Amino acid sequence: MKLQIQAHSIITPASAQANGELVLSNDRKHPFNLFGKELYRYLSIQYPKFFKMDELCQLAFLGTELLTTHIENWNGDKVAIVLGNRSASLSSDKRHYQSIADRDNYFPSPAVFVYTLPNIMLGEMCIRYKITGENTCFMMDRMDAVFLYTYVRQLFEEEQYHYCITGFVNYSDDAYVGELYLVSSQKNTNAPLSRGFDKNFNQIIF
Amino acid sequence: MEELKENLKTAIIEALNLEDVNVADINDNEPLFGDGLGLDSIDALELIVLLEKNYGVKIENPEDGREVFQSINTIAAYIEKNKK
Amino acid sequence: MEVYSVADNIVSPLGADTAANYKACRGGISGIAKVDDSTYYPEPFYGAALNADQKKTIHISEESDFTFLEQLFIHSISDALSHTHDLDKKRTLLVVSTTKGNIDLLSDNYKGLVDKKRSELMTMARTIASQFELPHSPIVVSNACISGLSAIITAKKLIELGQYDHAIVSGGDMLSEFVVSGFQSLKAISDEPCRPYDTRRKGISLGEACGTMIITRDAELAKEKKQVSRILSGSQSNDANHISGPSRTGEGLKLAVQRALNQADITARDIDYISAHGTATVFNDEMEAIAFDALGMSNIPLNSLKGYFGHTLGAAGVIESIIAIKQMRENELIASKGFQAAGTSKDLNVITEMNAIGGCEYILKTTSGFGGCNAAVVYKSI
Repeated sequence: MKLQIQAHSIITPASAQANGELVLSNDRKHPFNLFGKELYRYLSIQYPKFFKMDELCQLAFLGTELLTTHIENWNGDKVAIVLGNRSASLSSDKRHYQSIADRDNYFPSPAVFVYTLPNIMLGEMCIRYKITGENTCFMMDRMDAVFLYTYVRQLFEEEQYHYCITGFVNYSDDAYVGELYLVSSQKNTNAPLSRGFDKNFNQIIF
Repeated sequence: MEELKENLKTAIIEALNLEDVNVADINDNEPLFGDGLGLDSIDALELIVLLEKNYGVKIENPEDGREVFQSINTIAAYIEKNKK
Repeated sequence: MEVYSVADNIVSPLGADTAANYKACRGGISGIAKVDDSTYYPEPFYGAALNADQKKTIHISEESDFTFLEQLFIHSISDALSHTHDLDKKRTLLVVSTTKGNIDLLSDNYKGLVDKKRSELMTMARTIASQFELPHSPIVVSNACISGLSAIITAKKLIELGQYDHAIVSGGDMLSEFVVSGFQSLKAISDEPCRPYDTRRKGISLGEACGTMIITRDAELAKEKKQVSRILSGSQSNDANHISGPSRTGEGLKLAVQRALNQADITARDIDYISAHGTATVFNDEMEAIAFDALGMSNIPLNSLKGYFGHTLGAAGVIESIIAIKQMRENELIASKGFQAAGTSKDLNVITEMNAIGGCEYILKTTSGFGGCNAAVVYKSI
């Protein structure tokens, strides 16, 4: 089966890029909660739920937004998501622990607790982009392209998906990265990229 | 009562992360769920925490929240009636 | 290629191996009890936690270099491996399924000896893998409550691809203040032992457990032929509806089940028994009833094992698969504990008492979880 990378996005503390082009630079070195908001506004997104998400979900959400600009509609049950992550929901975990640290001021927050699972970022992507295929979150120290390639290729062959969003999204207090790839089995002449999907797929140099 | 309502609006905007919503945007009688502010089930549970944390008012059964959380007016009335 | 489960273990408040756990379920005994211990939550609640005696039986110590959860994993894997012939470690992969791992390490109250770094799931998994001298880096799946089935599906895929011959799939989660307080804030915990599918159900009971399945292409690895069953197919989907509530229409679950059936090249009518998710929340059980009805599966005998183990999160898919397979091998079906009167808008054939079933050949295990995810796996007797 011929699989292609049709789009790519990467968000780091320095900038947000799509398909090798700079979208927004974080010149003022804002922390993610401000830079993410800035990017949300820059992209003119209308999705109030964005502000309820934790940082990990916001990162995955914005990365997906950059990835799917050329897609008008897709058949959601033909789309899968397979992501790698290292620190799980660490920042929300700490927030939840803070809310229960003091027995005299013991108010666990449901809005914090629902984000204390790393796969919730995949859930938020599914809701926003109406994706109903497989969505799996693997833990890994850094992006393990060989593993993701192997798993994703097998998924396409076994279940005849049209698209799969794969990559590595991680957020911890001192570092973050959202690196996503849109892989497709379909021809699409509107796609910003058309590169072969292989086990070195994350070594694209623009 | 007016002061309570103002405080309540500020607290709700903060607790529910209602970006782009100001105190002045929330009408005392406007439904908070569904069309109004578009709140969902997690928001309702968060409002239960807010009432207990800020006003010492408990709602044990989430089902009861439906009545209480209709609008700012109904929440304020519930707080007035139940606060110690 | 055919992929098999050849040996297993469950460690839970119901016992330290599969046989003890199965015996308890068969006898209608539940691990859920009133927990009145403020290290979990300021107020008493119903849950399934290992008590001090049970911990002692399996040599769990607070003075260990391993966390409580790691000790559960190590016990479970060791016991499962004792039921197989030696497997070639160079061809073996460890797949860990967990939602919160060593979450207790992040608490200010943690008093043990283990470095906080092991709260990272990969670091925890590597610690377990090195204990068994497995040379390959382990894989960790964290897909909320479907993690266990996700791990089984992943192991099957990688064996079929020829990357490994065997996989140790181990799923575990502990009962902690972290999860109890969280689910309490969601008002999701029942004030009595959970009652899946019952009209009076009021929410979940949380539990802690660890389960291990030895999955391989070589059925001869089993010490006893009776332990072997085939993992036929598996699929996953998303509801795309809400991060903490299931779809009202069951679309996601329907999709996962339909795909698993298609992959196995069988139809809904071929399934002899369903081990469902059945958390006993109002919405989950209703969603499952709608999905199984739409799939034409409402007459198939079904149970939820949550009434015995509670909801064990990352362990659930694994331990419930093990008990499901055991029922298939023993040709008997266990009552769905806590169920009395039907409480879903669509009929389900909930098993109300233990009964014998002839020729149980195909069984379906399903799970659904936060984030809107669903998974379905089909097992076959051999």
